[in-house]
Amino acid sequence: MARKILFQQAINEALDQEMARDSNVIVMGEDVIGGTGADGEMDAWGGVLGVTKGLYGKYGERIMDTPISESAFVGAAVGAAACGLRPVCELMFIDFLGVCFDQIYNQAAKFRYMFGGKAKTPIVIRTMIGAGFRAAAQHSQCLYPVFTHIPGLKVVIPSSPYEAKGLLIQAIRDDDPVIFCEHKALYAMEGEVPEESYTIPFGEANVVREGSDVTIVALARMVGFAEKAAAALAKDGISCEIIDPRTTSPLDEDTILESVENTGRLVVVDEASPRCGMAADIAALVAQKAFGALEAPIELVTPPHTPVPFSGVLEDLYIPGPARIEAAVRRIAEYA
Amino acid sequence: MSNAQTKADIVAITMPKWGLSMTEGKVVGWLVDEGRELQPGDPVMDIETEKIANTFEALDAGTLRRKIADVDAVLPIGALLGVLAPATVPDAEIDAFVTEFQANYVPPAVEEGDEGPGYQFVEAGGRRLRYARRGDSGPAVVLIHGFGGDCDNWLFNLDPLAAVARVYALDLPGHGQSSKAIVDGSVDALAQAVLDFLDAVDVDAAHLVGHSLGGAVALAVAAVAPARVRALSLIAPVGLGARIDGDYVHGFIAAESRRDLKPVLQRLVANAELVNRQMIDDMLKFKRVDGVGDALRAIANGFVDGQAQRIDLRAALATLTCPVQVLWGGADRIVPQADAADLPAGVRFHRLEGVGHLPHLEAANAVNALLKDMTIGLA
Repeated sequence: MARKILFQQAINEALDQEMARDSNVIVMGEDVIGGTGADGEMDAWGGVLGVTKGLYGKYGERIMDTPISESAFVGAAVGAAACGLRPVCELMFIDFLGVCFDQIYNQAAKFRYMFGGKAKTPIVIRTMIGAGFRAAAQHSQCLYPVFTHIPGLKVVIPSSPYEAKGLLIQAIRDDDPVIFCEHKALYAMEGEVPEESYTIPFGEANVVREGSDVTIVALARMVGFAEKAAAALAKDGISCEIIDPRTTSPLDEDTILESVENTGRLVVVDEASPRCGMAADIAALVAQKAFGALEAPIELVTPPHTPVPFSGVLEDLYIPGPARIEAAVRRIAEYA
Repeated sequence: MSNAQTKADIVAITMPKWGLSMTEGKVVGWLVDEGRELQPGDPVMDIETEKIANTFEALDAGTLRRKIADVDAVLPIGALLGVLAPATVPDAEIDAFVTEFQANYVPPAVEEGDEGPGYQFVEAGGRRLRYARRGDSGPAVVLIHGFGGDCDNWLFNLDPLAAVARVYALDLPGHGQSSKAIVDGSVDALAQAVLDFLDAVDVDAAHLVGHSLGGAVALAVAAVAPARVRALSLIAPVGLGARIDGDYVHGFIAAESRRDLKPVLQRLVANAELVNRQMIDDMLKFKRVDGVGDALRAIANGFVDGQAQRIDLRAALATLTCPVQVLWGGADRIVPQADAADLPAGVRFHRLEGVGHLPHLEAANAVNALLKDMTIGLA
């Protein structure tokens, strides 16, 4: 049994080990040194949720608090990456990426392509995703499909502490821009994480649970909900296979298709908005490439196509949960 | 392990503990009916853990009087699975035994803490070595895994051996959670690491059990420090023949995904189904730790050259005076058993039919019996 730490400690450890290994790795963002309640940078709280706590004391000027101007500091980080540094840029909430979108999708994502491979842009943008914190419509979105849409970006969505550390180290070592999406509700999740540095390759899905009746593809917080649903369904003799793609760009199509070829049934669970989201994308993939294997309609479990509500009651209804996943599986398990 | 609470001749069959991390097992199916006469070693049921599925074999003789565990039930270690007793014992006594057992049974507490139960670390020869430690008395037994393995390879052996010995299973340098930096990957250097380990855990002399590359390491330890070795058990060892499946070794190093690794691992065993998702995932997790690739290449370079073995320890084997036994699977595709013909007189040879390169996993009960016999002989 390996050592257990929290998801947010796994992120911190990945940053710490990569900064120790490679002096080109720098961290920049709003309040990454100081933060909540701090009266100065020496307080070193380590970000709004303390994820970068302790790094300033070790690495000094390689941890940079930035002004509240995402377009300025993300642009600076993209330039620094093109010039040889490996910036890990923290952009508090994915909802805020809109203000620096040109730097991300027209600059960082395009450099390697437009300069014929002579430039590379090894930048990681760490950012929080997800609803459930009563943080309303502008701090709760799951906008990773927007970035998955853009060629030249890699999009990473860890679902456990083990995944968080290995994928972040891989992201820092990768020579392309990576959007690294951390679900707020997972920061306190505990799991087994090796003390040594390790990597998880992009484009390799994790088979979280093996099963024979229905394939469930789920991302981020939805993986844990799918596991709850699968455990309940197993008691009724319905065997679910759960696949966590871990990266939406690149996407491990083979693992999803092979699973559906075995089960003949697919449920995709995605906390992002339903239109042009990952659920629609994965459903299209399977409908096109595994049509002959399908024995029932594909079920998509997503929120409704609305902003995330501020009302707690409505927000709870908005987020897909284990009960909705279970119901979707039952519908297609019984379909003849 | 699942030993027995006895009352008269009534014996409990209980959930075994396969490996340090096992806390519960799932009953996949019974393989015998009530009323069946069982001998030790007879298959009783299939049990599945998160790590591995295996057939559980009877540890005692008797008639299976009662099946307690339902198929698909997930039960903690030590839980009552069934009851053995002579046919002459009345049903009422069996009922009373079951009632008493269930009333007194307490599932083992799930251990909290950073390293989990049983794993320890020690500084030895300038490196950090992880090891598992079981058993309170009896001779010291040290288990040495093969190339790419770790101390968890002995999950079916650790607790049974702990009944008669103080058992140590280490992660060799470059493996498991031991230090990954390898300066010298030779078998002699690994043997020195084992000697450093014996010093660090204060073991003067031990029964060394080595599998595959670990067998060559055990033999090399005996060659340079015969006083530290009371007995040798070599399981499909490297070092006694000319050939080895170099494609396996290099395929293992090169494999980067589940798809690549699965067919490689399946060459290890006679029954390919033994290689499950968890085993492949655990191997990939190990291979993705920084430094493992370099360590494995350095170590492979010490004993494999194409399809040939680089080291020949037959001369060393001939000079040993301690008891030596060699165990080999008849269906081993990695290190061919035929190459072990003409072992020196006095070396006991046991061929295990229908078994591949992992006899301690594939035929655990038979291997445990042979290892126990050798150990008990030293007491």
